[in-house]
Amino acid sequence: MPTINVTTESGMNAKKFALWLFIVSIVMIFASLTSAFLVRRAEGNWIIYDLPSALWISSFIIVLSSASMHWAYVAAKKNNFPTAGKAIVVTLLLGLSFGYTQFMAWSELVDQKVFFAFANPGGSFFYVLTGLHAFHIITGLLYLLVTWYKVNNNKISSKNIIQVEMCATFWHFLGVLWLYLFVFLFMYH
Amino acid sequence: MATLDIHAHTADTHDHHDEHEHEHHEQGFIAKYIFSEDHKTIAKQFLISGLFWALIGGSFSAIFRLQLGFPDANLEWLKPLLGEWIQNGKLDPEFYLALVTMHGTIMVFFVLTAGLSGTFSNFLIPLQVGARDMASGFLNMLSYWFFFISSVLMFISLFIETGPASGGWVIYPPLSALPQAMSGSGLGMTLWLSSMAIFIVSSLLGSINYITTIINLRTVGMTFTRLPLTIWAFFLTAIIGVLSFPVLFSAALLLIFDRSFGTSFYLSEIYIGGQALHNMGGSPILFQHLFWFLGHPEVYIVLLPALGITSEIISTNSRKPIFGYKAMIGSMMGITFLSFIVWAHHMFVTGMNPFLGSVFMLLTLIIAVPSAVKAFNYITTLWRGNIVFTPAMLFSIGLVSFFISGGVTGIILGNAALDIQLHDTYYVVAHFHLVMGSASFFGFLAGVYHWFPKMFGRMLDEKLGYIHFWLSFIGIYLVFFPMHYIGIAGFPRRYYSFTSYEAFSTFGDLNMFISIAAITTLSAQLIFGFNFFYSIFKGRKSTQNPWSSNTLEWTAPIIPGHGNWEGDIPHVYRWPYDYSKPGAKEDFIMQNVPLSQTPESNLPFEKDLALEEK
Ligand code: HEM
Ligand SMILES: [Cu+2]
Repeated sequence: MPTINVTTESGMNAKKFALWLFIVSIVMIFASLTSAFLVRRAEGNWIIYDLPSALWISSFIIVLSSASMHWAYVAAKKNNFPTAGKAIVVTLLLGLSFGYTQFMAWSELVDQKVFFAFANPGGSFFYVLTGLHAFHIITGLLYLLVTWYKVNNNKISSKNIIQVEMCATFWHFLGVLWLYLFVFLFMYH
Repeated sequence: MATLDIHAHTADTHDHHDEHEHEHHEQGFIAKYIFSEDHKTIAKQFLISGLFWALIGGSFSAIFRLQLGFPDANLEWLKPLLGEWIQNGKLDPEFYLALVTMHGTIMVFFVLTAGLSGTFSNFLIPLQVGARDMASGFLNMLSYWFFFISSVLMFISLFIETGPASGGWVIYPPLSALPQAMSGSGLGMTLWLSSMAIFIVSSLLGSINYITTIINLRTVGMTFTRLPLTIWAFFLTAIIGVLSFPVLFSAALLLIFDRSFGTSFYLSEIYIGGQALHNMGGSPILFQHLFWFLGHPEVYIVLLPALGITSEIISTNSRKPIFGYKAMIGSMMGITFLSFIVWAHHMFVTGMNPFLGSVFMLLTLIIAVPSAVKAFNYITTLWRGNIVFTPAMLFSIGLVSFFISGGVTGIILGNAALDIQLHDTYYVVAHFHLVMGSASFFGFLAGVYHWFPKMFGRMLDEKLGYIHFWLSFIGIYLVFFPMHYIGIAGFPRRYYSFTSYEAFSTFGDLNMFISIAAITTLSAQLIFGFNFFYSIFKGRKSTQNPWSSNTLEWTAPIIPGHGNWEGDIPHVYRWPYDYSKPGAKEDFIMQNVPLSQTPESNLPFEKDLALEEK
């Protein structure tokens, strides 16, 4: 108590807080891109294509992965680190298959002759939105890997599961972000 | 439960600090001065880098002013410096554009964003909120090194054969997208975009750290309504940064795709030499929307820290509490909010829907209200103050002057109809150089003069400071005031030369006058450069609180070590503006003096608070 140097008014952990700000800036990137999409679409001369069916599958997978991540979090909180580690591996695998399904969606589009480059921006936007999201998924996977390493090597105790907690927050965010993009593309493809 | 967590956490951070202090003694040169995680060192790194860029950006403007003021002069003597960019004694026209572009980019982003925010947010936030360091020293260090890499890329682009980016600091496509359009849109533009992408990362890391620190690491008693206005300004600036820089990232990303991957986000139906390009269906206006969604908030990212610094300096040196503390916070919040919904005033003449134009016009004009509140509050703080004219104070007053005279022309430009005549003329150049360029630069200088003792433990020379101030202040008005006339006369900006137009011949000597004033003003900055570097080593030694100021940084040792305070962090008992409080023994009471120690000057509501303290 005498060493306290943080006002008690802010109950938030600084790292967690910074993560949220980081998420805000990612949100701004996607908000600006989807607004750009709408502004450009309103001008006409815009191609229309069928939404790749793979997106339904990938959306399902990412929801599952969020569930397994939550499982990891709950397990870690109960001091059950072996289970938490397993759940993180499951999440990792689901994340990888999400990435693969997204890739399948791209090839479905290519089959429809909707290309990223040398083509109407309507199609290019699809690739940019999904591609940039996939890039963030990769960072999320790396984060999962680091967390898994720490959980497995007893670097985390039940009192200090902030690493797991933050990783879960980020992963859930990526899931929610994808669902937003999915609904968006579903409505405006 | 929540409280338990906090305690565990604080105990944690405390341990870390102890460790740090141990390491401190063994820290080698590299850990201490280069890859340092100490916010004070990082601030100095930003400061020196910013000054370096200011020198380059300033020299560029001297060169293009030579061209504008003396279009017939023989510039052969610049050949050793510029090489092939001087052809037959003349500046290469494309290089002129490159100079203007680089001047803008460097000044806006590298000097007034990184140099100003980077220096003072880093330096002052932990010291003024009472924290040992930033929330994450490591991310803070990364922020500087990303900025450094971005600087290196931009610097390299100055030396490549095709020249640096040349499409203006706003890099509108298609000009910036097609290497066929101008040579600067080749490799130079690629480097520009790479550099800026990294710059954005640096800026985001910085901003996230600033916000986190201000919210989470305030010392006991430092409530939001006791924060110095500097901190409020840095806080809101960082919020603007987190919300707007990602949008610039999107804009740049799509431009990169258009340039290098063959997409058509911004390009459509372009013919070059009779040949149609493949790009179909893009919209250049889309770029402008994305760019100005950052671009307008960016001007406040540049200005708000300067205004915060000014608030602090004016109050200290008027020996009076700042007038309307809460109104200042409110108006800064208003500006922050409004800055996101006025961007299209830069696009009135793009053929946008006139109704939309009038909406943006209305919103734009509303910004004048919080701006005016701030201006009036500065003036009323000065009013009947016991003014101490330190160099920092003079530069702060100069800022207020520029802010007013440049803001007034903003109101004129904000009228969609008037803007048809004035858009893209020197009138706009005059407007933003006064309100943004000069005002923010004065804020930066004021900050350096004021906090130099805290940074280096020595004082800057005052006499040189006064000379520097008067030459700069008068010089800047001599440069930018006439530009309004040139703008009204219809001179477009970014033109290499006006000699081939009969209509513009009448203003030839005015342009010459501006150039002479500009080059003189720029040379006057060398006085500051000398003063700065000389005083770091040879300046008069500073006392602990040279300006009799109230804020916490002056309670720290003259040169604070890593961790800022020896022993415990001071607690805070009052707001930072108790100057000339009636009944008080001295004309200032520092923030860490408990109310119970100053019964003679406590206000009625403070008497109750004083009882609670015990
Ligand atoms: C009363 C408040 C203000 C109003 C109504 C206002 C309005 C405007 C308008 C309408 C323009 C566009 C002119 C054109 O391109 O035709 C403009 C340009 C500009 N303003 Fe302001 N302004 C205000 C304050 C400020 C402040 C405080 C700053 C900076 C700190 C600033 C920085 C700029 C810059 C940098 C540009 C030019 C950007 C460019 O085209 O390169 N303005 N302003
Ligand atoms: Cu603006």
